[in-house]
Amino acid sequence: MSTIALNTSSAIGNAAAADAGAPVRIAVRNLNFYYGDFRSLKDISLDFYDRQVTALIGPSGCGKSTLLRTFNRIYSLYPEQRADGEILLDGQNILSPSIDVNELRARVGMVFQKPTPFPMSIYDNIAFGIKLYERLSKAELDGRVEEALRKAALWDEVKDKLRQSGMGLSGGQQQRLCIARTIAQRPEVILLDEPTSALDPISTGKIEELIEQLRSEFTIVIVTHNMQQAARISQFTAFMYLGELVEFGPTTKMFMNPSKKQTQDYITGRFG
Amino acid sequence: MDTAVYDQAATAAPAPWGRVRRSRHLADRVLRIVCTLFTLLGAFVLGWILLMLVVEGIGGLSPEVFTETTPGPGTQGGGIANAIVGSLILTVLGIVIATPIGVLAGTYLAEYGKDSPLATIIRFVNDILLAAPSILIGLFVYILMVQPMGGYSGWAGGVALAIIAIPVIVRSTEDMLRLVPGSLREAGAALGAPMSKVIVKISWKAARAGMVTGVILATARIAGETAPLLFTALNNTFWFSPNLMGGVSNLPVTIYQFALAPYPNWRELAWAGALIITLSILALSIVARLLLKKDKVR
Repeated sequence: MSTIALNTSSAIGNAAAADAGAPVRIAVRNLNFYYGDFRSLKDISLDFYDRQVTALIGPSGCGKSTLLRTFNRIYSLYPEQRADGEILLDGQNILSPSIDVNELRARVGMVFQKPTPFPMSIYDNIAFGIKLYERLSKAELDGRVEEALRKAALWDEVKDKLRQSGMGLSGGQQQRLCIARTIAQRPEVILLDEPTSALDPISTGKIEELIEQLRSEFTIVIVTHNMQQAARISQFTAFMYLGELVEFGPTTKMFMNPSKKQTQDYITGRFG
Repeated sequence: MDTAVYDQAATAAPAPWGRVRRSRHLADRVLRIVCTLFTLLGAFVLGWILLMLVVEGIGGLSPEVFTETTPGPGTQGGGIANAIVGSLILTVLGIVIATPIGVLAGTYLAEYGKDSPLATIIRFVNDILLAAPSILIGLFVYILMVQPMGGYSGWAGGVALAIIAIPVIVRSTEDMLRLVPGSLREAGAALGAPMSKVIVKISWKAARAGMVTGVILATARIAGETAPLLFTALNNTFWFSPNLMGGVSNLPVTIYQFALAPYPNWRELAWAGALIITLSILALSIVARLLLKKDKVR
């Protein structure tokens, strides 16, 4: 039973140490979230630091994905879902009605659990997002597509078949294509919703390496069910339970010396 | 702890055989035989119709069928070239009118309206229209267009066929768009794409093969329609007039009139026409199936 705890502690330290001095990129203040009448997030207040990876962990239904989905207001596609409170992105409240959600989503990118390549060529999958907000010449666009694919560690595998359908790639490649598509827009924040839960261990390893590299440029928030993964790749960890934030701190502290018993129990596999 | 579970399983009593009563096996067999019989009966009737069409129609097929116009009463030979061309014009006209309306309405239902009261009403009315007797649609267009315009016309025929095709296209478009996973729309929205872009560039693209298939099947449906043309395009024994005013000759009504005629060459032409329509519809259906299949493989 203690094997999980041993594995996680040995994995800690692989990722860079938390930088507590980093500026705050996203500040969540008294956030509540409702699916119809059901309140699924309760008074969440939490800071996300610039160019750090923050992992959201907790048992299924604890609200971690819900929290992630407020940062780009993707929940607003569904009329029965709403949020109140404040989410400050660089000091500006993105829950305010005056915010253009499409512009917000270009600044805060998102990658989903299941790879979602669009039914178009690999090239067009990347170009789609860029062309929404920028008018570029063909040469500039080509450059941006290549840059994004290189950053997503996919370029060497697809450079000879950019005109082929993105649906023909393997699951792991599709997920890296989705990451490439997101970073091609040059967002400030990247949200990852269990990005490796549908992938095999080798593809998972590649995506984790990628996240470590992307951290130098982007603020990353990742939801994960895999505690070793949280320990390996994140600098900060937030543990949530039943819609509440139980504990938040540097990942090393959260895994080695959590302050709350609930956190300790979850991390060591005693519940969840 | 694991071994305890295995032990328990090993000591559990084996499942008793023969618990399923004989009558259940018998019922199963009877139902299977009845289903097979009725399937064969249906296939037999269909095969009979097709065989008769081919046997009788092939004899009537000749180059003149495709080059000469419909013969007058009591004359020899003749063809149905004018009816073939007229049918093509009416079908194309109908589908050109119906496709944008049907696709956009289906898109509204699947992407915007969803389960709203308005969408529910439109869906209900569309289903009624889908099942409406086609002769009613012919009468409706007669009052709407033929009476005010002072006569039969290809335009009225095209509109009548379009009204038959629209509900088919609305339905197939909505069904195909609903098959597009919501995660794809979320992914599009997550890149900051407005809804219109998500629909046109992603949903339509993902559902394209199915939507095109729906349009092709609607084309096949209206190509053989007779009743809506009786009151609108009527028929003609000449080539159509360039402005499509007056009767426009077409295959279904020509078949209807020629099949009842006392002249052998007319009846032969009716068989040939029926064969041509059936083969065209068959070809359209095969194209539709191939399109869907190709999409699934990819």
